[in-house]
Amino acid sequence: MKLNNKKTYPMLSIAALVVLAVLLILLEINKNTFGMAVSILQKSAILAIVAVSMNLLNGFTGLFSLGQAGFMAIGAYVTAIFSIPTETIDSVYYTGGLAPWLKAMKVGLDVLPGFLQISLGILAGGLVAAVFAALIGIPVLRLKSDYLAIATLGFSEIIRAIISSPQMDKITNGSYGLKNIPGFALGLDFLPAGIGTLLVPFSVAGLCIGFMVLVIRSSYGRAFMAIREDGVAAEAMGINLLKHKEISFIISSFFTAVAGGLLAMFMRSIEARTFQITLTYDILLIVVIGGLGSITGSILSAFLVTAAKEWWLRFFDTPLVIGGVTIPLFRTGFRMVIFSLLLMLVVLFFRRGLMGNREFAWADLLSWPRNLSKKASSGPKTGKGGKKND
Amino acid sequence: MSLTTFIQHILTGVSLGGAYALIAIGYTLVYGILLLINFAHSDIFMMAGYFMIFAMATMPWPIAIPVVIVATVILGVLIEKAAYKPLRSAPRMSIMISSIGVSYLLQNLATYLFSALPKGYPTIAPLKKVFQLGPVSASLVTFLTPVLTLILVFILMYLINHTKLGMAMRAVSKDYDTSKLMGIKINQIISLTFVIGSTMAAIGSILYFTDRMSVTPFSGTLPGLKCFVAAVLGGIGSVPGAVLGGFIIGISETFLTALGYSTYSDAFTFMLLILILIFRPTGLIGETVTDKV
Amino acid sequence: MKKSLALLLVLTLMLALLAGCASTGNAGASDEKVIKIGVFEPVTGENGGGGFQEVLGMRYANTKVPTVDLGGVTYKIELVEVDNKSDKTEAVTAAQSLMSSKVAVVLGSYGSGVSIAAGEIFKENKIPAIGASCTNPQVTLGNDYYFRVCFLDPFQGTVMANFALESGAKNAAVITQLGDDYSSGLGNFFLKAYEEKGGTIVAQEQFQTNQTDFKAILTNVKAANPDFIFAPSSIATAPLLIKQARELGITATIAAGDTWENTSIIDNAGADAEGVVLSTFFDENDTANPVAAEFVKGFKEYLKANPDSLSKNGGEGVAAVSALGYDAYMSAIEAIKAAGKADPEAIREALTKVTYTGVTGSIAFDENGDAKKDMAYIKTIKDGKFQFLKTVKVG
Repeated sequence: MKLNNKKTYPMLSIAALVVLAVLLILLEINKNTFGMAVSILQKSAILAIVAVSMNLLNGFTGLFSLGQAGFMAIGAYVTAIFSIPTETIDSVYYTGGLAPWLKAMKVGLDVLPGFLQISLGILAGGLVAAVFAALIGIPVLRLKSDYLAIATLGFSEIIRAIISSPQMDKITNGSYGLKNIPGFALGLDFLPAGIGTLLVPFSVAGLCIGFMVLVIRSSYGRAFMAIREDGVAAEAMGINLLKHKEISFIISSFFTAVAGGLLAMFMRSIEARTFQITLTYDILLIVVIGGLGSITGSILSAFLVTAAKEWWLRFFDTPLVIGGVTIPLFRTGFRMVIFSLLLMLVVLFFRRGLMGNREFAWADLLSWPRNLSKKASSGPKTGKGGKKND
Repeated sequence: MSLTTFIQHILTGVSLGGAYALIAIGYTLVYGILLLINFAHSDIFMMAGYFMIFAMATMPWPIAIPVVIVATVILGVLIEKAAYKPLRSAPRMSIMISSIGVSYLLQNLATYLFSALPKGYPTIAPLKKVFQLGPVSASLVTFLTPVLTLILVFILMYLINHTKLGMAMRAVSKDYDTSKLMGIKINQIISLTFVIGSTMAAIGSILYFTDRMSVTPFSGTLPGLKCFVAAVLGGIGSVPGAVLGGFIIGISETFLTALGYSTYSDAFTFMLLILILIFRPTGLIGETVTDKV
Repeated sequence: MKKSLALLLVLTLMLALLAGCASTGNAGASDEKVIKIGVFEPVTGENGGGGFQEVLGMRYANTKVPTVDLGGVTYKIELVEVDNKSDKTEAVTAAQSLMSSKVAVVLGSYGSGVSIAAGEIFKENKIPAIGASCTNPQVTLGNDYYFRVCFLDPFQGTVMANFALESGAKNAAVITQLGDDYSSGLGNFFLKAYEEKGGTIVAQEQFQTNQTDFKAILTNVKAANPDFIFAPSSIATAPLLIKQARELGITATIAAGDTWENTSIIDNAGADAEGVVLSTFFDENDTANPVAAEFVKGFKEYLKANPDSLSKNGGEGVAAVSALGYDAYMSAIEAIKAAGKADPEAIREALTKVTYTGVTGSIAFDENGDAKKDMAYIKTIKDGKFQFLKTVKVG
């Protein structure tokens, strides 16, 4: 099979994108019949953003941060406050009412169409998170691997505590959480109502991930990777360690918060408890399975893991009867046990995850079946050292 | 706040701190030797709670307690052998992810086996006996926890400072590679560390849950993180440091809750962590070792 | 090694996919006429126990009236149960899944917080919902699609405040759960009513969800020395709170709302639970109402026939929430009959006019969608059992 690679691969990429777009539009139109698939795709797209931004930090810059849930909480709450319709805001804050300045801001923003208000909310969420990241980054980023992990984790818990404290009742509604958050919709008058359930999360995810890919490919990205490989050597090469760590941390936090905003719109109602440590662990699981240091790996794994967890592996949770015999083990919770075992398997024996630190390439995909058959036939010979470079 | 109320709060805080101290010892020892935050430690503590529920269902408490300790030790060592030993030469990040993975697994396993509903913790009758000391009233376990903690710590300190095994532990913690060259059986020492850590976690778990009476698959997570903070606060690697940190966090948490800032009590702990990491990374009574943080 | 593991992974996923498809394939094969009623209840999480008792009431009602005749055609009533896990965010997902299974009307939920969170989804999809024991006013306020068969928290708070004052308690403490609409709502209504009628609130404490150590706040309560402690909270919290209070030497009467009528509290708190007071919707020994007497008898037989349900119900006692679950189901049936079709909008219309004599008294909905009820039962725990104390009417 001889192909002119330089021309074929971009063509293939464009073709794949077109197929994806057509599929999305088809699903979008028939979303009532494919409710499950639509909601899983939405969630996957959102988690893909967080996974890639976590990967930017953990996989590319080598900063082991576990603060994702906290930044998502910031994004989610800011987006929610911006997007809850002003006319229903009092019923949401029925215990203490919304702070007057926020209410004035919301009333002022009402001159804008709803779509713009929500976009503004998502952007503002990202910016608030970025400011927070910049502030806490200065002290925290000096810490080394596991101390950084526990400090960011602690920070995420602090954010959660502040959000749910009674002192914040007038802003975050304390621990009552926020509801009435509008779902994904373009909300443009010339389009039929309800269009956007898939297009909105996918286009935002595309934009965010695209931007992060650009960052990684820039000189900043190369500096990040140099820091990951050897901080001292990188510094000797003239890379300002703290500055680059800060940049990476801020960018990652910004997009994590954007994804948090989308998550709020996906869930329609949020509370501080949504953003517990387990949320960070779920994302870590996606990144590790996808491969630390691989963007395509993170995206692929976000979709695979979410679909498997929420859909394909659901049957583990319901009693299974084959031929009148109830198979033991199958009941509520079994799915998550299988999932954690899978994670351990990847961590212990398959440390590189799905993609290692490589990216997806058409060349690999096209040559994969051939390689596989080649390896199978020459299996015993390759034995020990042969596969080191894969 | 009257004096009685104050004393009652101090008592609650010291008792909570004692349980924290016992768990913190497990973190500090493992970190001292493997440079690993053992995220699974909090879930070992949680599992010890479930072990007790099942042990007490069939046997009286004097037998149940040693059984629970042995079971917890087996679990702890098993985790070390299965999840950490294969990764000894891997980057530190991988081992940490592995420990998070184990924690995730234990939580999900507990949810699967025992359901997410809180399970009532069995009552050890003598420990629940209510004592009245003047105007202060509390059950025996509240008085016993700090005392027992101190006794255990003294025994442990003796073990570490005056026995051969303890010397080996200190050597491995000072310099992993050199002690290996000196002929110390590293794996044996690491296992010993997990044995001690798990024993303390099991005892801590009995004291903690007897006072709180219910166990869920997630009841280990937050106390676990706080105990790690306690270990860092006191100086990671140092047993007396872990104990001091445990008591500080236990007491301050109780007072914050009493003053009506219960939502901030967890946040305060982490604030303390970030501050200590920035200003005194070696902890309150930790040794000054370069390049640990 | 690695490649084979990768293959194994892929194979597992593919198998899972196949199994997933297979399991969804065989549903809804028969062409019987069916009306689906959604059951939106927590069976796990902190309110799992009470939620399940409510579900039992609905299931029993379904066995009593399994079909409905509309225009000469017999429709089978199918209950679609989802678990909202006592969690507000899970509640939204659960509600959405009910919407996608095209139910005509929804019953539930136990716990006001989850009902408030899901109310918006029901309203958007124009599906009427009938709450059984969610007592917070916010559930039905401003939502034309939410109805409920029980009394409200302002009423319940007043009842308990009256009771406290009548039993001679001049000083009271209120303990509520942060972020829980039911607990903080009811606590507030009690506080207002109690102060209005001349009582003094000496302490006001709050605790967090999933908190298990109440010593710090209870020490404060003890220092304030109240005669009466009002602590509306979940079933899981109750025994911990009661035991720790007694351990600290607090002797005041501990009282709460309808949630505490669950035998697991007595099982877990043991002798310390003696003397606890609570208000509830229904008493199984009240024989004045023939519908209630018949329900109690039938429900007990139903429980005996299902050992699993019996054990989860915590014995043969008939909980008020089971009775309310039954009433919610029956009012839905009445509305479907009155509407003459299984159209959600028509059912909503019919619900506004329905009158029905239920187990917990006569049910008719006011302009907010709340059942007009004016009587509460006060019970106490004595000799390890719930015992009827008195009924209270508030005009």
